[in-house]
Amino acid sequence: MYVDKITLAHGAGGYETSLLIHELFVKVFKLKNIGDGIGLNELDDSATIPIGNGKSLAITVDSYTVKPVFFPGGDIGKLAASGTINDLAVIGAEPIAFMDSIVVEEGFPLKDLKKIINSYKSILDEYHIALLGGDFKVMPKDSLDQVIFTSIGIGLVDGRPLVDSNVEPGDVIVVTGPIGSHGAAILASQLGLEDVEVRSDCRPILPAIRIAKKLNAIKAAKDPTRGGIAMALNEFAQKSHVDIIVYEEKIPVKEEVKALAEMTGVDVYALASEGQALIVTSSDRANELVEALRRNGFREAEIIGEARRPIGHKPRVYLKTLIGGTRVLEVPRGELVPRIC
Amino acid sequence: MSSSQGYVKRALSLQKILLKYRDPLLARKLVDRIHDLSRRVDDKVVIMNFCGTHEHTITYYGIRSLMPANIELVAGPGCPVCVTPSRIIDYAIKLALDEGVIVYTYGDMYKVPGTKYSLAQAKSLGANVRVVYGFNDAVKQARSDRRESVFVGVGFETTMPTVASQIYIGNVPENLAIIPAYKLTPPILKYMLGRGDIRIDGIILPGHVSTIIGVESWLFLEGIVPSVISGFEPIDILISIYIILKQLVNHERRVINQYRRVVQFKGNVKARKIMSEVFNIVDADWRGIGLVPKSGATLADRYSNLNAEMRYHVRIDKSIDVKPGCKCADIVLGKAKPTDCPLFLKACTPERPYGPCMVSSEGTCHIWAKYGGYNEVK
Repeated sequence: MYVDKITLAHGAGGYETSLLIHELFVKVFKLKNIGDGIGLNELDDSATIPIGNGKSLAITVDSYTVKPVFFPGGDIGKLAASGTINDLAVIGAEPIAFMDSIVVEEGFPLKDLKKIINSYKSILDEYHIALLGGDFKVMPKDSLDQVIFTSIGIGLVDGRPLVDSNVEPGDVIVVTGPIGSHGAAILASQLGLEDVEVRSDCRPILPAIRIAKKLNAIKAAKDPTRGGIAMALNEFAQKSHVDIIVYEEKIPVKEEVKALAEMTGVDVYALASEGQALIVTSSDRANELVEALRRNGFREAEIIGEARRPIGHKPRVYLKTLIGGTRVLEVPRGELVPRIC
Repeated sequence: MSSSQGYVKRALSLQKILLKYRDPLLARKLVDRIHDLSRRVDDKVVIMNFCGTHEHTITYYGIRSLMPANIELVAGPGCPVCVTPSRIIDYAIKLALDEGVIVYTYGDMYKVPGTKYSLAQAKSLGANVRVVYGFNDAVKQARSDRRESVFVGVGFETTMPTVASQIYIGNVPENLAIIPAYKLTPPILKYMLGRGDIRIDGIILPGHVSTIIGVESWLFLEGIVPSVISGFEPIDILISIYIILKQLVNHERRVINQYRRVVQFKGNVKARKIMSEVFNIVDADWRGIGLVPKSGATLADRYSNLNAEMRYHVRIDKSIDVKPGCKCADIVLGKAKPTDCPLFLKACTPERPYGPCMVSSEGTCHIWAKYGGYNEVK
């Protein structure tokens, strides 16, 4: 029956994805980490390999399948470069070298491919990241949809990585800016809403992480991509065994993103960002961090909530709603927006 | 120029209007007043919200967490696809698989389990099932397709006019028939109040249904139970709860229209007239509840040529509405909460729904699963 097949929900980055990943990988593979590095069990944004002197190599890989390939605010190349940098950045790594693997559909315009690769290159240049090599393949027309862009990132962590399990009761959650813009832009494109002035926020968030590291005001971080902040906050809560409470009135969302989410019935907290980070810091450093972020280009950075000792047997994320009510912010379920990244 | 021109601009201006109905300060004041009144009413007050969309607002904004301990908000039968009997789904599937008929359906209905399969599962078995946003799309597609097709006609008084108007103006192509499974809201409330085993101290009446049928269709509730026709924003709901409590304190039982920005006394007169021409009121089967007198609508005799059940004589031997263990029937009647069901979020999840209440965005189980309504948060 159809339930025995892979559905788009399995790739939405929410509840179904994590079930499947556990079933297919986490439970199956035996050797899952190197030394005390981050590995498959942790399911963090990057893995690490300790290299001595308190340093580790960080490694991440991501395949991008976004549709459309060119979207308001970016393209699949910019997305791949930014996403790979971000996955390294949120565990505290400085990116040093990338590799790529591109599969293209027969008949895809060369000039579009050049554009995509140029977007990838511009960002690698900007952050002085080397492209060490890669793979390139073509598949017959109609056997895939345009382009699949896989990007591998290698970075260097000096000191302890910023793992998702570092959050402690009393810590504060900071967001670097308005959430959900990438998801909304893709949703609008896929629905054919051409007048929409929703642009993807796709960009590297490394500068924000550097600011936080410089202030020594960062314990953990995540880029809330698939599944939005609903997924990211739940990962913090589950891996760190804390409750998290966030305040709806504090969470920055662009008006047009809010409007689009509401009109299409998609929960804005489950919409992906590709250019924002959630940064966890201790309560005494939070204001300083937000001010520094605001001064350095992250003008809408905001404290959106805090971690608490769990009140139930299962850690949860609570949302204080606009009208003062409280509800649980669930791990997103089902197929939200297909092929968002 | 795309037809979507101005979509977000319109959405943005709507957003500005809606902000008034989500005002935190106003909400605070209303909650305070609700707490004041709650001390002046009996030990326990059960308020039923009819609509799935009201349940969505209540859960999404965490309104239950703001209620005093003695005020309970209970979801009612207002999810049309939840109360559509299995037989309708089975019938549509059989037409598609055995007769090769194209089935047009709302997305909400697509994954609702029938006796053996849902329409979605039937599609993977080869049935030609197409999801449409509304009847107009089915008409358009059927006209260009010219193949035999049926439309699964489910819904309350809100969706009935969209079908009625097309039939009335003679715009339905010959190759398209309708499976009429429409349900009427006042008769089901009358039935529930008459059962005697469901506690209802106040009712939040459906807003969009009332836009069509008007305030006057609810006047039978006068003298029986405090009732408020409510809008769908959190402030609307809080005002409606406040009005119900106020009536209870004053020992009144009246029907009040809180949703005056949309709902009129006589409703949409034109729509009602066309509906009465096109439809006949009949006894109707509600999934899990059974036959409720005069609570449904089928096509009037003069339009029986458009009635799929007149056109295709396909027999459904036995259909099962409530599968073992599923508490959907009690949930729809407000007699049980999703958390009272042992299958909730175990054998029945939004990804793999077992009962109909877990499918639609208006289904109570689905809403609770998605927005954490099952957690008692204070």
